[in-house]
Amino acid sequence: MKLRDAAVFIAVVWVAGPAAAQDAGQLERGRTLYEYWCAPCHGPGIGNNGVQHLPGTDALRVKYRGALPALLTERTDMSIDLVKTYVRQGLTVMPFFRKTEIDDGELDAIAAYLTRNNPRPAR
Amino acid sequence: MPTLPRGLSSADFSAALGKFAAALGADQVVTADEDVALYRDAYSPLWNEPDEIVASAAVVPTTVEQVQAVVRIANEHRIPLYPIATGKNLGYGGSAPNLSGSVVVDLRRMNRVLEVDERRGFALVEPGVSYFDLYRHIEERGLKVWIDCPDPGWGSPVGNALDHGVGYTFGAFRDHFGSHCGMEVVLPNGELLRTGMGALPGATTWQEYRYGFGPYVDGLFGQGNFGIVTKMGFWLMPQPEAYRAGLVLVPRRRDLIALVDQVNYLEHASLIGQPNYGCPLQRLVATEPELRALLEKPGGPTDNELDRFAAARSSAVWQCELQFYGPQRTIDANWEHARERIAAAISGARFEERESYRFPLSAEDKEGVPHKVALGIPNMAIFSIGARSELNPNPRDGHLWFAPVIPKSGEAILECQRVLGEVYRELGMGGTAFLQMPATWHFRTFIMLVGFSINRTDPAVNRRTLANFRRVVEVAAEHGWGEYRSPPVMADKIMSTYSFNDHALRRFCETLKDAADPNGIIAAGRGGIWPRYLRDTPR
Repeated sequence: MKLRDAAVFIAVVWVAGPAAAQDAGQLERGRTLYEYWCAPCHGPGIGNNGVQHLPGTDALRVKYRGALPALLTERTDMSIDLVKTYVRQGLTVMPFFRKTEIDDGELDAIAAYLTRNNPRPAR
Repeated sequence: MPTLPRGLSSADFSAALGKFAAALGADQVVTADEDVALYRDAYSPLWNEPDEIVASAAVVPTTVEQVQAVVRIANEHRIPLYPIATGKNLGYGGSAPNLSGSVVVDLRRMNRVLEVDERRGFALVEPGVSYFDLYRHIEERGLKVWIDCPDPGWGSPVGNALDHGVGYTFGAFRDHFGSHCGMEVVLPNGELLRTGMGALPGATTWQEYRYGFGPYVDGLFGQGNFGIVTKMGFWLMPQPEAYRAGLVLVPRRRDLIALVDQVNYLEHASLIGQPNYGCPLQRLVATEPELRALLEKPGGPTDNELDRFAAARSSAVWQCELQFYGPQRTIDANWEHARERIAAAISGARFEERESYRFPLSAEDKEGVPHKVALGIPNMAIFSIGARSELNPNPRDGHLWFAPVIPKSGEAILECQRVLGEVYRELGMGGTAFLQMPATWHFRTFIMLVGFSINRTDPAVNRRTLANFRRVVEVAAEHGWGEYRSPPVMADKIMSTYSFNDHALRRFCETLKDAADPNGIIAAGRGGIWPRYLRDTPR
């Protein structure tokens, strides 16, 4: 690391402070949990023979017809509450998840990850 | 206020919850209404009805000793327990019990892969391990063994095997209960049992010789309620050098009989993995009024009518995908042998090449595999059944499966098509039974699978579904076809069809149940077996 880069790095950490580092940790945790629990249906990739998308991705593709991204990771419009509602209440063939699968803290992390690109802070 | 088991006072229930909390820790006892509600069966046909089967609470043990403590406390207070592994047995009850008021024993957090032995070809796992978890464990270590997984990868090898679940690779591994070896079980009195060689202190063959000595009791814990399984061993398939698949197409309806005979030979001689039967005419149903008219005719199409229709469109009537696993030269020779046998037996049979792979696959190659479970790769693609899609603009809320066991012959398939066609007509279910092919998970039998939709907002749909389900169970039983697996709400009905000698099987199981579980605390109603205090009474 060059001296100037180090200075910028230190300045960013100083300005952003521990909260940003914690946020980064929360987002990474959310990403890991999302990959484990959600991506097998909502991620990219093909479905079974003759199906071009995974089932959750295909369902949202057909539902929104391009008005919104089919991949949840590309959405910028979901609220934290919306994510939590779907995880705890399910929708159509997607069942709800017990807290022994995704506990409240883990759900916070998943919701933070899926709302990370929202234009305004998600609530 | 939770739904309590019959005969249990609120005071007793509270006392038991207090003891559970003392034994496990308060954070491992689930009592808040909104948290207990997450144990409902998401695919329940009784959703929001007064008789929906719901839990009263849940406990979350993390060790075998905690499971034993839960069972002992439950005995003291006669609390019915219902164990779940990952709780994803959707279509067959999910994470809900068979008896309202039961306390769910949620084993999700007992999730250790205890051993994978690549050289001897077995794994030992706890109930909370999913197929995804076991697969990752093996992949991360670069072990050259395969698992056999069912369609949804989030299921538990233990839970799936205990419900007689099935998979997609080679015959010796697709029957998940059949390919298990050795169990550890907390018995209804809280004692710990190890089956097979696990009963011999010092034995290192627990996952290699399943019978040990004396009666083989493992079967009691599959679709049973004689204990809580806390460890289970499974045999693993060696990673083959290569895979190839080929498609066989036959031109006439009656060719199915010879086709099944030939494919049976290939499978029973271990030359192929799972054969996948299909009907190429299925894709024409939506666009061909003539075909729909034939299928909707009373009694369905004659052989000649179906053959003529197919021939006019240069279509086969049936097809079967053959899958080969092994050394490249061997499977190439086996495919050639299969073609020779079938061509000699069925005039006009045609053959097409399908996918081929050499192992190990790269991550990118794996992603491109269209039927991943055939290579033991767990995934969730099956949920496209019922989810919103181009072909299904109105998604379902869930489903139940009617899954009768029929003989492994072409004659049986054709007869089952005819019978199902009649019952579909009687019940106004629609569908194309005359083109339906069986599921082939089991090595020695076929399953003629029928899905029933569930609706979480319209109870009338669910009532109709249950009435139709009961009717097809009865019709199937009249022909000697019985269910291999059941949603809780149908378990009694299905067990009642296994009625040889005045229900001797059920009565024997009840005798065992009364002896082993006198307080009736373990999974009351599972497999249609009830403890004495709940038999022949409204529940």
